[in-house]
Amino acid sequence: MSIDTDTAARVAKLARIRVEDDQLPALAQEFSNILEFIEQLNEVDVDGVEPMVSVTPMRLKRRQDGVTDGNQQEKVLSNAPDAREGFFAVPKVVE
Amino acid sequence: MLDLSFEPPKPKVIAGAKYDWELVIGMEVHAQVASEAKLFSGASTKFGAEPNSNVAFVDAAMPGMLPVINEYCVEQAVRTGLGLKAEINLKSAFDRKNYFYPDLPQGYQISQLYHPIVGEGEVIVDMEPGIARLVRIERIHIEQDAGKSIHDMDPNMSFVDLNRTGVALMEIVSRPDIRGPEEAAAYVSKLRQILRYLGTCDGNMQNGNLRADVNVSVCRPGQYEKYQETQDFSHLGTRCEIKNMNSMRFIQQAIDYEAKRQIAILEAGGSIDQETRLYDPDKGETRSMRSKEEAHDYRYFPDPDLLPLEIEQAWVDDIAASLPELPDEKKARFVKDFGLSEYDASVLTAEVANAAFFEKVAAEAGDGKLAANWVINELFGRLKKEGHDITESPVSPAQLAGIVRLIKSDAISGKIAKDLFEIVYTEGGDPEQIVDERGMKQVTDTGAIETAVDEIIAANPAQVEKAKQNPKLAGWFVGQVMKATGGKANPKAVNEIVAKKLAE
Repeated sequence: MSIDTDTAARVAKLARIRVEDDQLPALAQEFSNILEFIEQLNEVDVDGVEPMVSVTPMRLKRRQDGVTDGNQQEKVLSNAPDAREGFFAVPKVVE
Repeated sequence: MLDLSFEPPKPKVIAGAKYDWELVIGMEVHAQVASEAKLFSGASTKFGAEPNSNVAFVDAAMPGMLPVINEYCVEQAVRTGLGLKAEINLKSAFDRKNYFYPDLPQGYQISQLYHPIVGEGEVIVDMEPGIARLVRIERIHIEQDAGKSIHDMDPNMSFVDLNRTGVALMEIVSRPDIRGPEEAAAYVSKLRQILRYLGTCDGNMQNGNLRADVNVSVCRPGQYEKYQETQDFSHLGTRCEIKNMNSMRFIQQAIDYEAKRQIAILEAGGSIDQETRLYDPDKGETRSMRSKEEAHDYRYFPDPDLLPLEIEQAWVDDIAASLPELPDEKKARFVKDFGLSEYDASVLTAEVANAAFFEKVAAEAGDGKLAANWVINELFGRLKKEGHDITESPVSPAQLAGIVRLIKSDAISGKIAKDLFEIVYTEGGDPEQIVDERGMKQVTDTGAIETAVDEIIAANPAQVEKAKQNPKLAGWFVGQVMKATGGKANPKAVNEIVAKKLAE
C-alpha cells in the first residue's frame, strides 16, 4: 500500500506536526516503506496464535482505591506558559 | 425468579407535512464510577475542589508518568454489567483514542474500543404498569473522563481545570431499541436507578456524573420492524448524535427538535448528514458541530502502557454474590408479598432507601398495603412539601408502624390518624402513648355513641322530620355526632346508629 502526499499531510495535521510541502514526498515515502514492511509481516500465517503482549508472563498491575496523590496545584501549573487563578489559560477554544 | 409481565409500548408517531414518521433512538450513557481516586492515578475524584488541585502528574500527562489501574473501578464496571444481566469479558484491553483538545493533556483518551469489559445485557424500561420497553445493551467499557474548559471567564482565553481529567467513566451503549423521547428519558432514569441500587455511580446529573449522548434517526412506519428482524441498519434512516446531555428534560426536548428537523429535510427531498450535534437549551435547538468533524479521526490503537485486563471468574462470582436485590425484582416482590399495586410498588422502589424504610414499616405494622398507603401518601407527601428525602424523615419506621397498627386495630379513626401523624412528625413521641395521653382513641362503645346520637336528635326535632323525608340528610347527624365526640367516634358505628334511630 502506497501513501500519497495528501494522506501524509493529513496524518501530519492530525498529529499536529508541521511538515513543509517540500518535505511531504519524503514523508509519504517513509510511511509507504513502513506499511510495506507490515504487509510482509501480514503474510505470516498466525491463525490460532494468541497475540503476545509481553515477553514475561505478567499480570496488569492494580492499585487500591485510595487518594495518594494530588494537592499540588502549583507544581502542576509550573510548566504552563500561562496560568491564572489556578487554571491553565489557553487561547480561546469554543465549539 | 419473580417477574412482572409486560407489553411493549407503541412507538411514538410524528405526523410530518406529508407522511407519518417513527423515531429510532440509541444511547451512550457516561456514568462516573463512584470511586475515591481516579482510574489510573491516585488523585481524588471529589467534585468542586480548587481548580487543578485533584491532579496527579499522570493526569497532567507529564513525561514518563505511567497509568496504574484502580481495581475498584474495574470491580464497579463488572458489578454494573452483572446488574444489567450482561456477559462479563474475563479479558478486555485498553485502547488510545487520539485527539487534541486543551482539557486532554495526554492527547488521547484511554478507552476500550476493541475489547470492552462488559458485553450484551438488557434494561427493562417501565413506562406505565404493565407496559415496558426492553432495551438491549450492546456493551459497557471503562474509559477516562476529560477535564473541564471554561470559556466565559475571559474574552480571549479559555481556562482549563484538570480535576476531572482521568476520572473513571463507564460508557453504557444501548442498541437502537428506544422509540420516543419519553422512552429515552425513562431509559436514563431506569439506568440511574439501577446504578444507584448497585452503588456504582451516584447518578448526580447536575454535577455531570451521569450524561448521555443520544443517537436519533427517523424512519417510515414498518421500517423499524424490518431492522429488528434482520438487524440490518440499512432499513433505518441516517442518524445524528446529540452530545453530552445531563438533564432528562433536555434529552426529550433535543430529541423532539431533532426528529422534526430531520423530517423536514427528508420531506423536502433532502438527505440527512451523519454528524455530531449539540443541543442549546436556551434556543431549544440542536446545532451541527461540523467544524470539528474533520478532526474526528481517532486513530485508535492498543495502549502500549497497559497490559490486557484479565480478571478471574471466581472474582466475578464473588461480585455477583454480593449484588443487592435490584429494582425489578424488588418491585415484583412487593407486588407479590404485600399485595401492592404495580404503581405503588414502583413508587416505593424508586430509591433503595425508600424501599428499605417501607419494608421496616410493613414488617413492624404487619400490614403491607396499609403501610404502603401511609408511607406514600402521608410520609412522602409531607417530606416532599418540606423538600426533604427519606434520610431526613423525622418519623422513624417504628413510629409510622405504630400509627399503622393503631389504625389497623380500629383504635383510632382515619381522620385522627392524620392528626396523630402530624403530632409525631412535628413533636415526635410514641404514637400509642400519645393516643392514650391525649384521649384520641376511637369510641367504639355503642352505648356512648347512642347517647351522643340521642342528644343530637333530641336537640334538633326539625332536622329529624326533614331527615325522615329525605334519608340523605342523615349525613348531617353523623357530622354532628363526630363533632360532639371530637372525631373520635367510629364513623361506621355512628352511621349505623344514626340510620337506626332515624328510622324509629
